[in-house]
Amino acid sequence: MAEERNIQYVEASVEALQEEMRRDSSIFYIGQGIGQRGGNFKQSKGLWEEFGDRRVRDMPISELGQVGMGVGAAMAGARPVVDIVFLDMIMEAMGQIVEQAATIHYTSNGKFKVPLVVRAAMGSARCTGPHHSRCFYSWFAHIPGLKVVLPSSATDVKGLMKTAIRDDGPVIFIEHKFFYNKKGPVPTGEYAIPFGKANVCRKGKDVTILAMSLMVWHAMEAAERLEKEGISVEVIDPRTIVPFDELALLESVHKTGRLLIVDEAQQFCGFSGEAAAIVSSKAFDSLDAPIRRMGALHTPHPFNPVLEAAMLPSVDGIVAEVRRLVAS
Amino acid sequence: MNMSRELVLSLYRSMQRMRQFELRIQQTYRSGVMPGFIHLYVGEEAVAAGVCAHLSREDYVTSTHRGHGHALAKGVPINEAFAEIWGKPTGVNGGRGGSMHIYDPSCGFLGTNGIVAAGIPIATGAAMAASLRDDGHVAVSFFGDGAVNNCAFHEGINLAAALLLPVVFVCENNLYATETPFHRVTRNTDVASRAAAYGIPGISIDGNDVLEVHRVAGEAIARARAGEGPTLIECKTYRPLGHFEGDPGTGYRPKEEIAEWKLRDPIVRLAGAGIKAGVASEAELKDIEQQVEREIEEAYEFARVSPEADAATVSDFVYA
Repeated sequence: MAEERNIQYVEASVEALQEEMRRDSSIFYIGQGIGQRGGNFKQSKGLWEEFGDRRVRDMPISELGQVGMGVGAAMAGARPVVDIVFLDMIMEAMGQIVEQAATIHYTSNGKFKVPLVVRAAMGSARCTGPHHSRCFYSWFAHIPGLKVVLPSSATDVKGLMKTAIRDDGPVIFIEHKFFYNKKGPVPTGEYAIPFGKANVCRKGKDVTILAMSLMVWHAMEAAERLEKEGISVEVIDPRTIVPFDELALLESVHKTGRLLIVDEAQQFCGFSGEAAAIVSSKAFDSLDAPIRRMGALHTPHPFNPVLEAAMLPSVDGIVAEVRRLVAS
Repeated sequence: MNMSRELVLSLYRSMQRMRQFELRIQQTYRSGVMPGFIHLYVGEEAVAAGVCAHLSREDYVTSTHRGHGHALAKGVPINEAFAEIWGKPTGVNGGRGGSMHIYDPSCGFLGTNGIVAAGIPIATGAAMAASLRDDGHVAVSFFGDGAVNNCAFHEGINLAAALLLPVVFVCENNLYATETPFHRVTRNTDVASRAAAYGIPGISIDGNDVLEVHRVAGEAIARARAGEGPTLIECKTYRPLGHFEGDPGTGYRPKEEIAEWKLRDPIVRLAGAGIKAGVASEAELKDIEQQVEREIEEAYEFARVSPEADAATVSDFVYA
């Protein structure tokens, strides 16, 4: 790649929006506190100043109304980005996402496109409690018509946001709160990262870890520690779970023969189950051990730090799980 | 009030098309060949006719589960509409949508809708897109009394008002949300009065008087086009048939009430008013009726002879 700079994840996301909004005047951005304030997480910093009230507009606390507006505007030729801020609040807008945005292209026989990006931040970030920590991505993956994006690095958030905005269908774009102020290398030139193309974050030969969003970071840290013990871990970040890069995962499992899936969302009925089913039905003969899964416990997010840590997958937990997997 | 010959005849034709279309749909449905279920607009045609007479093909409309009338009035081709409701691949949406999912971008028709009130914020969004382009187009959202106690009504109208968007909200208050009388589920049955909560004009009118609907909608749409923001219009109307085809509609409503509203049939009223005012003759109205009959028969035949869908297309268009 060309030259790189080290900038914050959130800055990279703003760059994507800014560059796309300059390129295409049909893009507008709405959400709570994303105007003059620049966003709760600085996720819209500078956009209001550049594009004004018409294209960067603060919203009332009306999640359903905002997404519904996005659907209508998208049908009428605009390319809206709707910021829900905390993913937890997206539940207020589910009807418009699931029943309207996701179905209209199909049901209209391809006549209406709904180029809508719904952006939100998920995940636990130091005891944010049950209404500011949720990781609902599997819910959206279950709905035909939605694409689901989970960028885990500054490079990816910019490249994937560009692809999301240019996509002609509804995209659920889920960042992680923990990442926003973390810095990472971002190419200086124009680039976009295609959906459905996994990132092999680290090559290895003994075990494959499939992880999304913050769990990619945990997996990378665990892999470094395991390296010192002589265990070679390959870490795969799918980047988008819809579309999902099955091939990258299957190729890795063919090589390592062992798979651990790490998911920050509750494990029960979650995406890790789907990924495990794909591998067991398509690469069963390559497996040297049963597929292992780690996810959040089946509880709401507790506020208490001790309880919260007990509920979520940790680096220590991943290290221990990989050791067991290699021993089996 | 504008009661020109041209207007009377065009509104009469528009309402006749909706009425006859739906009665033919009803007959076809009852014969057992049509899948799914349907909600008929019979008796409420004055609202769609009066409002849509002011709209161009580039303006936008969102509709409801009882939306065949809105679709025709906005310009969805009648043959393709019939075929769609029949689930045929020649339908406007290839039969993928059916009665409650009729979409047509060629005339700004943003869909009938299976979810009550869902079209309200969608219309606000279409108006937002039009406003960003400064293209002078407006959006109209039709919905029933059942929608006005839903959060989408509140959020969609508040947003349109806050952004002063070119949209008109048209409530077809037929007094019952499915089988539930409106007065049993709200303390405030005066829908137009709710506009005050959003700082926009609200007006309540006789929704079975197409000329009145036409006049009031014209003013509201002109305001919207002039950048003066949204209006809420409550059209008081009635559904003489059941909630869905198959519901006799009598168990929860007094027979006298139904009979009384049948006397206020909007088509009969317009014919009477037009003849009385000397702008239309019985013969020319009859002529329109017969022309529409032929149009509907063609639509029925178009749909009837259309082939069955090809199962191999089931996964087409999931993603754009």
